[in-house]
Amino acid sequence: MIIEALIAVTFLAALVTFVLPNRYAGKAAFALSLAPVVGSLYMWQQYDASGNALLGGNIAFETDVAWLQLGQYDIHWMVGVDGISMPLVVLTTILTTLAIVSAWTPISERQSQFFGLMLLMEANLLGVFTALDFFVWFIFWEAVLLPMYFLIGVWGGPRRKYAAIKFFVYTNIASLVMFIGFISLVFGLGDSISSFRLPEIAQALQAGQLGSFAGLSAGALASVAFVAMFFGFAVKVPVAPLHTWLPDAHVEAPTPVSVMLAGVLLKMGTYALLRFNFTMLPETARAFALPIALLAVASVIYGALLALAQQDLKRIVAYSSVSSMGYVILGLIAYTTYGVGGATFQMVAHGLISGLMFMAVGVIYNTTHTRMVSDMSGIADRMPVTAGIFVAGAFGYMGLPLMAGFAAEFFIFKGAFESTVMEAMPLFTGAAMFGIVIVAGYLLFAMQRTLFGPFRFDGDYDITEAPFHDVAPLAVLLLLTIVLGVSPDIFFTMIQDAVNPILELGGAF
Amino acid sequence: MTPLQTLPEWAATAPAIVLALTGLALLLIDTIDPDSTNNGLLAGTATLGALAAGGIAGWFLINGTGMESTGGAISLYGDALVVDGMSLFFTLIFTSVAAMVTVASYDYLADEAHQGEFYSLVIFATTGMTLMGMSNSLATVFISLELASLPSYALVAFLKKDRGSIEAGLKYFLIGALSSAVFAFGISLVFAVTGSLVLPEVAASLAEGTELVGVLGLGVLMIAGGFAFKTASVPFHFWAPEAYEGAPAPVSAFLSSASKAAGFAVAFRVFTVAFPLETVTAVGGGSVDWSLLFAVLAVVTMTLGNFAAATQNNVKRMLAYSSIGHAGYALIGLAAITTDGGAANGDVLGASMAHLFVYGFMNTGAFLFIAMVEKWGLGRTFEDYNGIASKAPIAASAMTVFMFSLAGLPPFGGFFSKYALFESAIGSGFWWLAAVGAVNSALSLFYYSRVVKAMWIEEPSKPLEIGSQPVGLYVAIIFAAVGTVLLLPGFQPVIETAQTVAAALF
Repeated sequence: MIIEALIAVTFLAALVTFVLPNRYAGKAAFALSLAPVVGSLYMWQQYDASGNALLGGNIAFETDVAWLQLGQYDIHWMVGVDGISMPLVVLTTILTTLAIVSAWTPISERQSQFFGLMLLMEANLLGVFTALDFFVWFIFWEAVLLPMYFLIGVWGGPRRKYAAIKFFVYTNIASLVMFIGFISLVFGLGDSISSFRLPEIAQALQAGQLGSFAGLSAGALASVAFVAMFFGFAVKVPVAPLHTWLPDAHVEAPTPVSVMLAGVLLKMGTYALLRFNFTMLPETARAFALPIALLAVASVIYGALLALAQQDLKRIVAYSSVSSMGYVILGLIAYTTYGVGGATFQMVAHGLISGLMFMAVGVIYNTTHTRMVSDMSGIADRMPVTAGIFVAGAFGYMGLPLMAGFAAEFFIFKGAFESTVMEAMPLFTGAAMFGIVIVAGYLLFAMQRTLFGPFRFDGDYDITEAPFHDVAPLAVLLLLTIVLGVSPDIFFTMIQDAVNPILELGGAF
Repeated sequence: MTPLQTLPEWAATAPAIVLALTGLALLLIDTIDPDSTNNGLLAGTATLGALAAGGIAGWFLINGTGMESTGGAISLYGDALVVDGMSLFFTLIFTSVAAMVTVASYDYLADEAHQGEFYSLVIFATTGMTLMGMSNSLATVFISLELASLPSYALVAFLKKDRGSIEAGLKYFLIGALSSAVFAFGISLVFAVTGSLVLPEVAASLAEGTELVGVLGLGVLMIAGGFAFKTASVPFHFWAPEAYEGAPAPVSAFLSSASKAAGFAVAFRVFTVAFPLETVTAVGGGSVDWSLLFAVLAVVTMTLGNFAAATQNNVKRMLAYSSIGHAGYALIGLAAITTDGGAANGDVLGASMAHLFVYGFMNTGAFLFIAMVEKWGLGRTFEDYNGIASKAPIAASAMTVFMFSLAGLPPFGGFFSKYALFESAIGSGFWWLAAVGAVNSALSLFYYSRVVKAMWIEEPSKPLEIGSQPVGLYVAIIFAAVGTVLLLPGFQPVIETAQTVAAALF
């Protein structure tokens, strides 16, 4: 029942925040958001699952009750966590609380609605990561979009209308394609399943129960469904060339929303890819290894090159997210314990580090009211603490050892080199590693021009150190990044435990 | 043990009786004090009457009155009326919509004359709809249809000093009169072939075979035309945008939700009971295949409604076309019936009924929001809606719920009702119908989200003044919004009841 309680408390917190006066909304939302943090940490401490939730493993905090009998397949309220979802639940609660604190300064109108929507989004995100029934999962998945649409559209920058609509249209079309793909897979399973519970579906697929549907043979159906689902999730991740909504959304969104978007919402895509495509249809995934690896490397390199070309600090971080997500895809397709495990670890690590980077850019923007690299230089003189954390975060992004990013990328590269899905895999891995060089290039270049050198600022604002409540979330994120980097086993042990059953399916372990 | 084992059989029509008495009571109140402006008493009486009738219908449904568990449908007055699960289910839809509309009218009509007439017309129309759901003979079908229609004409033209309202009323009346004539002619042709007006007897007569296949076919086609008018389906849809736009918004809500559902109630019963598909196809050698007719109408209606809605600049007119689109979805319930369908027939018809139930909440709520905006005097185009959310966040949140639910987006009731409809269509083998429906549904997000975008994201072009906070409208809108949201977790009893009572027709 603890998962239900966690989601319900977060929903309640959202409702309470909606009706509070604007003056108190930010502080109250922060206080209320501590409840899910405590709840998720308690869950983590009591966590006792083993194996993969979809493949017959032991599910922690499981609830399974029949909800709807609709036609051939029942819909159950089924939630639970395993080693893949548990770290993401913790990430979601912590990052939301920090994002709420970071919103105190920049959000100056309709606060109660803003913070209410943030909490509403958190509740739905928790649902996405804990749901184990397709419909429950899909409802939460779609319900995340609505708060995000308003958060970008109402509180965003000058082109917020365009960005919000683009985000909404891209992700909704993706959802529809994915929905059709998955439903046709379910219909292809015929009578071998009785409900939309994901474990039941995954296990029926492993048992080779897939039949033909709508004139497609079992093999063709698996391919079509795989491609439809991959497309749907790839938009969310995003994988190049489906990434074009991301920079618009990030640049227009207010900083705290960017933090949530990069830190957690992108992980919905990679989490779903792992849960659906790579767990349910491993043979098909292997058959598509070449195009998927190509897309992964393209995302890494192209995203990094685009970041290199930007003048806007936020755009730099936004495009580098595309690059980092490419590593996740590379790790997933490697189908080795370090590859898939590293990809899952990267979801958490990137959530922390990209959150840190967006927040740092946001703190600088709060003071300077510009994000253009060319408008400033030597900011470190006036804002030493912020600049220091910015530099530390950037090094984390580059993969400095003893920080979470290093552990994640090291695992992914190790896993990808060991991969046996295809002969050319080391080649792709080598190409992807080149991305790190570009990342280091653009981050160092941007820092050198904005933070260091003689102080210069083309604006009328007084540049002083940011207030404590702006810097504190940055420090917390930096600390968490270092802790995870020093001892990745905090999460990596449970991740590997949940990932290994997936690898045993294809016999590549 | 059911209450009806101790009550006479006519007590099964209690919802209709309560509604009729409420209508008379309203007239009485108005007679005693014709100049009164005591709107609260009238609105309260009408709402209480509708709620009581709905409560009785719900209580009957729970107790299984007229359903298989208590001995099957209750047939009354020489088979002229029948009380079964389906009639009760539809009564629940009509009365809940009527209750929302009468509560909302408390504010909307505050400054109008002839309030007693307004409420009694609404309640009499509801009585007619309830009788439509119970009709078991083509004669009672026609009479109850007129009983529902005549008050509706007057209601559309209720704002006597508003040119739009008068024009809409006249258009509605002329097309209604025409379609009534066509419908009556169709009935006479069917009577000529079968020699009976009672629905089961028509079916029994057809089962013995007939040589007048052409006459039968024409009769069935004309009857279908009459229903197309009532449900605002192609080809008799074009009155709907005019009438809904010109009518007072609560009346538009009433017509587009309750009146449409009534048309479907009677169409479902007439076509499944009087013209069972396996009988008419056997008689006509396949030439009288109304399932194919409705499949074509469903596709054309939903597509036309959607594309027309996408091009509107007026929110009320957009909703009118969206209402045509939803008639197309509901038609799937008849289109996907097959001769060897078995349980699948009941499933798809039930899914269609469940969709109409959810639609009753979300569509009524949407039109009532428009009533509220009209009350505020803000205008009717998308631009006029700019920035409403900053002044009235609660009402705007409710409208957002209605829009996304109408588009079929989770986490709202419209998601499951559309899914159930399309899933059961696939179950009957009509995957192409489901595909057309799903594509239309996805496209509809375009124009529904325009309303949301205007309310929340756009800046108002001129300073926005919102005068009053109408209590009745708020109550009705919040009730509809809560209903729309709760129908997601609580969809199970609705779909289960709908599919059980629909299965009893086959």
